[in-house]
Amino acid sequence: MSAFAATFSDALSLLAHFDHTVLEIVALSLQVSGAAVLLGTLIGLPLGACIAVGRFPGKTTLSVLINGMMGLPSVVVGVVVYLILSRSGPFGALGMLYSPAAMVVAQTLLVVPLMAAITRQVVEDVWARYAEELQVMRFSWWDSVTTLLHDCRHSLVVAVLAGLGRAMSEVGAVMIVGGNIDRATRVMTTAIALETSKGDLALAIALGMVLIVIILALNALAFGLRHWAMRRYG
Amino acid sequence: MAIFPLRISDLRYRPNGREVLAGIDLELGDEGITLVLGPNGAGKSVLLRAICGLVQPSSGSMAWGSEQGARPEQGVMMVFQRPMMLRASVLHNVALGLKPLDLSRRERESRALAMLERIGLADRAGDSARQLSGGEQQRLALARAWLTRPRLLLLDEPTASLDPSASAAVERIIREIRTDGTRILMVTHNLGQATRLGDDIVFMAAGRVCEHTAVQPFFARPRSEEARLFIQGELPWRMRFPGA
Repeated sequence: MSAFAATFSDALSLLAHFDHTVLEIVALSLQVSGAAVLLGTLIGLPLGACIAVGRFPGKTTLSVLINGMMGLPSVVVGVVVYLILSRSGPFGALGMLYSPAAMVVAQTLLVVPLMAAITRQVVEDVWARYAEELQVMRFSWWDSVTTLLHDCRHSLVVAVLAGLGRAMSEVGAVMIVGGNIDRATRVMTTAIALETSKGDLALAIALGMVLIVIILALNALAFGLRHWAMRRYG
Repeated sequence: MAIFPLRISDLRYRPNGREVLAGIDLELGDEGITLVLGPNGAGKSVLLRAICGLVQPSSGSMAWGSEQGARPEQGVMMVFQRPMMLRASVLHNVALGLKPLDLSRRERESRALAMLERIGLADRAGDSARQLSGGEQQRLALARAWLTRPRLLLLDEPTASLDPSASAAVERIIREIRTDGTRILMVTHNLGQATRLGDDIVFMAAGRVCEHTAVQPFFARPRSEEARLFIQGELPWRMRFPGA
């Protein structure tokens, strides 16, 4: 029990003293996951809305495929990105492997299906109610997509948060394509895994606490924003 | 492209084998307000949807203008019983009607604001559209349609579930739209409204037009048995849904 308390005490001490290693790892995690979620938002939200509004052959198959890819194992994505970015791969010349950019690519591939699937469901429900009126107003397909995305913006915060949660808590893919290199590609999840295996539980717990606080704070912010928006716009 | 006269001939709509429109013949001239009356399930709303292209008829034809041709790309608008209200301001919702046109955002909002002045909602321009009352939302929907200067405006029970004063406000706007030169085809269940607003009545039952006549003779001397019973509030079930 005393060892457990001591580890916790050490973890809190690291946080209280703004430990440089902790801050560096947290900053890189936020940069990588933030960039992945930004790219995921720019790709996944329009993609999901296009599938919801579009009428094309294979729409159901594509929807099932996107839904299925929500549970894509991150290590599989890691291996695929590794093969693509490795020296002998099609993008090997870019020299991106074992860099934060490679981690962003891997996390983006993980969050896009998740964000697209949630967006498709949200937009499809609203499209069912608005379709006739938008058609009567002669809205083009693209105008309908942008109008619906704007109208669903408060609900789509959930899609963005889900993507952020997936990106920040992911270990396998970033470990494979980033290599968990100290001061270069080490992020919170890979650091927690490494420090736990080394027995440095204080650093692992400190990083774990930061991870939980960040995710809770973002969720609280999103909840508050959504609550305010619902009162403001109905 | 000329829209009127609109000639509908033997229009049928039969989804899943159920006859919803059973051979509609109707001609609309270029002015006035035509009220579509009839019991629930008569096919009134489906007729409006067929006219504006939301449902594809199984057979029959619609001739727009002097030439037998396709539905015009512009000039036909429809306002629904429960209009769409985006999670945005009143001004944004009205200006939305102009989005497909090649206008700057400033121009769209300027025209939308002028329209809000006309319908008495300018002071609510910045409010959320979803916070408006039912009557105000219906006025907003009419303004959104009016803003596009349609030649033909289809209204599907725009005053259903509104109180008398809200209905009166909506009726005032409908009259103004008509005065502005828009032809109106409107579905209603309100017989009082039909006498106040309509120039002529199309009475439908069981997917057919039973009669199309001026308002006064329709109420004074209905030609069909269905219309006579409907006015008296006694239309029997078998006449509403012959297949039932």
